[in-house]
Amino acid sequence: MNNFTYQKPDSIKNAVTAAQPPTSKIIAGGTNLVDLMKYRVENPDEIIDITGLALDTIDTLSSGGLRLGALVTNADTAYHKEVEKNYPLLSEAILAGASTQLRNKATDGGNLMQRTRCYYFYDTATPCNKREPGSGCSALKGFNRIHAILGESEHCIATHPSDMCVALAALDATVNVTGEDGDREIPILDFHRLPGDKPEKDNNLKPGDVITSIDLPEKGFSENYGYLKVRDRESYAFALVSVAAALELDGDTIKDIRVALGGVAHKPWRKPEIEKKLIGKPATEESFKILAQELLKGAKGYGDNDFKITLAPRAIVRALMNAKNKTKSND
Amino acid sequence: MIENKILGEPRPRVDGALKVTGRATYAAEFLTDEMAFGYVVQSTIANGKITGINTGKAEGIDGVLKVFTHKNLPDYINENSDYSDPLAPPGKPFRPLFNDNILYNGQPIALVVAETFELARYAAGLVEVTYSEEKFVATLSENLNNAFTEDVPEPPDSRGDAVAAFKKSPFQVEVEYSQPRHYHNPMEPHATTAIWDGEGSLTIYDKIQGVASSKQYVCGVFGLNKEQVRVKSPFVGGAFGSGLRPQYQLFMASLAALELKRNVQVAMTRKQMFSFGHRPTNMQRLKLSADNNGKLTSIQHSSFGETSTFEKFNEIVVDWSGLLYQCDNVKLDYQLVPVQGYTPIDTRAPGGTTGVYALECAIDELAEKAGIDPLEFRLINYAERDQNEDKPFTSKELRECYKQCADKFDWSKRKAKPRSIKKGNNLVGYGMATGVWEAMQKKASVKAKFSNDGKLEVSTATADIGTGTYTVMSQIASKYFGIEIENITFELGDTELPESPIEGGSWTVSSVGSAVKNVCEALQGKLFLMAQKNDPKHFQDIKKEDVTFNNGKIHLKDGTAVSYTEVLEKANEPSLSITIQEKPKDERDDYSAYAHCCVMVEVHVDEELGVIRVPRVVNASAAGKIINPKTAENQLLGATVWGIGMALEEEGMVDKNFGRIMNANLAEYHIPVNADIKDIEIIFVEEDDEIVNPLGAKGVGELGMVGVASAISNAVYNATGKRIRELPIKLDHLL
Repeated sequence: MNNFTYQKPDSIKNAVTAAQPPTSKIIAGGTNLVDLMKYRVENPDEIIDITGLALDTIDTLSSGGLRLGALVTNADTAYHKEVEKNYPLLSEAILAGASTQLRNKATDGGNLMQRTRCYYFYDTATPCNKREPGSGCSALKGFNRIHAILGESEHCIATHPSDMCVALAALDATVNVTGEDGDREIPILDFHRLPGDKPEKDNNLKPGDVITSIDLPEKGFSENYGYLKVRDRESYAFALVSVAAALELDGDTIKDIRVALGGVAHKPWRKPEIEKKLIGKPATEESFKILAQELLKGAKGYGDNDFKITLAPRAIVRALMNAKNKTKSND
Repeated sequence: MIENKILGEPRPRVDGALKVTGRATYAAEFLTDEMAFGYVVQSTIANGKITGINTGKAEGIDGVLKVFTHKNLPDYINENSDYSDPLAPPGKPFRPLFNDNILYNGQPIALVVAETFELARYAAGLVEVTYSEEKFVATLSENLNNAFTEDVPEPPDSRGDAVAAFKKSPFQVEVEYSQPRHYHNPMEPHATTAIWDGEGSLTIYDKIQGVASSKQYVCGVFGLNKEQVRVKSPFVGGAFGSGLRPQYQLFMASLAALELKRNVQVAMTRKQMFSFGHRPTNMQRLKLSADNNGKLTSIQHSSFGETSTFEKFNEIVVDWSGLLYQCDNVKLDYQLVPVQGYTPIDTRAPGGTTGVYALECAIDELAEKAGIDPLEFRLINYAERDQNEDKPFTSKELRECYKQCADKFDWSKRKAKPRSIKKGNNLVGYGMATGVWEAMQKKASVKAKFSNDGKLEVSTATADIGTGTYTVMSQIASKYFGIEIENITFELGDTELPESPIEGGSWTVSSVGSAVKNVCEALQGKLFLMAQKNDPKHFQDIKKEDVTFNNGKIHLKDGTAVSYTEVLEKANEPSLSITIQEKPKDERDDYSAYAHCCVMVEVHVDEELGVIRVPRVVNASAAGKIINPKTAENQLLGATVWGIGMALEEEGMVDKNFGRIMNANLAEYHIPVNADIKDIEIIFVEEDDEIVNPLGAKGVGELGMVGVASAISNAVYNATGKRIRELPIKLDHLL
């Protein structure tokens, strides 16, 4: 671990002023950053501790919907009454992630900022374009079972590891940030980015930006939803493929449908234009299979992760059937 | 008078309160003032030489005391230094910081010592190293062509003609199985605290399964004499074999303490726990055949195990195939394959876990071909004698294990045809396997001392790696000295104590326990003589056999009794002590001694998603006398959990291109979590054994792991109709 200075700003404005990447890093729960610093993957000179900011509440929005403060812990979010009642998909996704101890410490803002679990990114002895731009991608010809099949590039095939973000993507959440030029809203689907030729950039934040909150729109799909996480063990494992599925039904007809995938791309994978085509169609396995097929269009395997191309569509159909029938896969 | 029934009682651990209140002190917890801390720098290449190592920046940091590298190793460490330890396999032991050679990726190449751990860690990141790299092969599968048998212990001789018998048999199986590296990952990472006692003397707190090994190593490497080194290890937070040999943190802490004349601690990080010994990668080929009655007609079993380029690590992998079933045509072969990595080390049930995994899967395949239920098939081929050695067993209640396991599990509900049972989205499968482990006994010395305060101290240099040594030894002493367990202290883990074998091989109860029994009986004998001398009239014509020792008293047949403390007081002696050495009896040589178990499992496999779950395991074990059913059950439960991990999760991932282990942390190196573990039931099958050792007890620590992975593999087949012949079985295999 490198030596660093530490400051704890008392206002968002001061935090923005202090937070100047790449030399500084914002810390909240620290569940990922501290690990990365111990491994010397992240070597900030300055640590900006934002836990003193008043961003730790969940509030109802006047427009309907809910605002999750950036510093609310994942555990408090998942078990919040409003979230459990109106956004059970989000609650379920959060609880599928990490462990009890980590969720008690990790924050909602931090969850958006967690970095990939690619083995090579974590090991400074191996080349990695995300960690060291231009050094090469070791996963292409190495272990890539947990890697991306969609939206990847020749420079990087890493995935985003979050469960929470997959549900946020399905729910059309908005990320509120404050930067040097004031406040901005970033739709969740535009928050994370695909690697392209700049895999070192995980998201579209600008230098100095501080995430202040996440807004959930009023519509929470609390009737027909399901988060399905396929992984190597029952808990404390990242998703091989995960699916956040939400349905609004009129009898057996699809009024609205959302599907976001985790574990398959550099960001939560969702295509609203494909979903739109299903509106008015019957909520059947056949319809869901068509959606799955389209969502996986262009999927490419790198050897170890080829199985995800088979697994993902099945997981999508299962998650949607669970949402429709109000069942869980473990039942 | 009440009989002392403490043997066989499910006693809680005598050290339990210390452990759960944090008062049990582990190697890294012996902190003193003036302690310095070391942090190890590791190589980032697998093969080649260090061409430059710049420690200037690190040494320039205030609070950094010294950076040790191969360039500043003291002269007294040289070619004549002896790096061996009692369990060193053939070859040359690894010599940390000895020269510029890189033998594996992750090799320790420098030690930064500083006033605090954090400073040492920071400065370690400032050490700059350049290398010249050479080609290498880091995985077994890439180097099978270079397999060798030189210096490798030969498996038992072939018997009959397995090749010919195979050819003319109606049912044949020819299969290949493979499994990856396993890392032990005990909860407590390896650590050494070296206390500088002045004059080149050290007291060392080490994480080790036998303190004598650390002492031999430190004396040999640093040229110290026996009086200069004392090693202690009162508590070990799990080891599973990783502490059978001294690891590099012992060298590092000792070196720094001697050179800096200070107390130094070196503790490994979790990541560094992946930088030394491990269960080797293994590939096995089996050819089995049976006749029309389901009788095994031949077994051919060959194994290729990974070793390093500098030592020839071997384990017993194929011998089990000549032992477990009655078969007159057997051909066994065991070879090693060198790879660019650290030398493997014994890992819970070494060799047995590996060899029996493949054998018990192949038996399942053959039973299916012969159209016979796998349990029935095993009974048809039940071995009444050890055909490898041509000896009878000291005891073998495996048949009863099969029966009790099958009854409890409801094995009769199994459907022979795969994919017969569905439950929701899941295919349900049943599988079984046999487990076996040798019941060994080593010589051990124990001291027993009874004092006039009524306390008994029993001591020997054994270890308690979490297995319950403190507890069961106290129980044995209570039984055979005849006093309450509350009045007994058992001391271990100190080279000043009488010699004990390394704690491994599941032989501690058998070896040390037998010695504890005998030392306590010998002490009773001394006490009896003293009592007789005290009161010749009362004891006239009475022999030791005529009295009983119980509740701290010698009971005479006339109904009178004299307490142990009275005996001492009357003789005006503050205490009475004796040390004895216990060896295996010669009679044992005429027999083979093994513990056995039967494992049955139910698996659920999600038909579309491939997700595998193990809702139910039943293990029925026959392991002689069970001294403490609570600690023994705990051992078997833990072993079963590890078996589930072996079957479905554990995999040390060695990257071919870098020769590095890529999942060196507990987030990515998967072991079962609580949520993975459902019902596990352990049954102890009664087994009388008067030959194996004076206690009639066999070890269970390793037994419980042998067979679990095969039972799960067989159940996965029964569920899905797919034979997955590599571990771990992943959902990818089943889509």
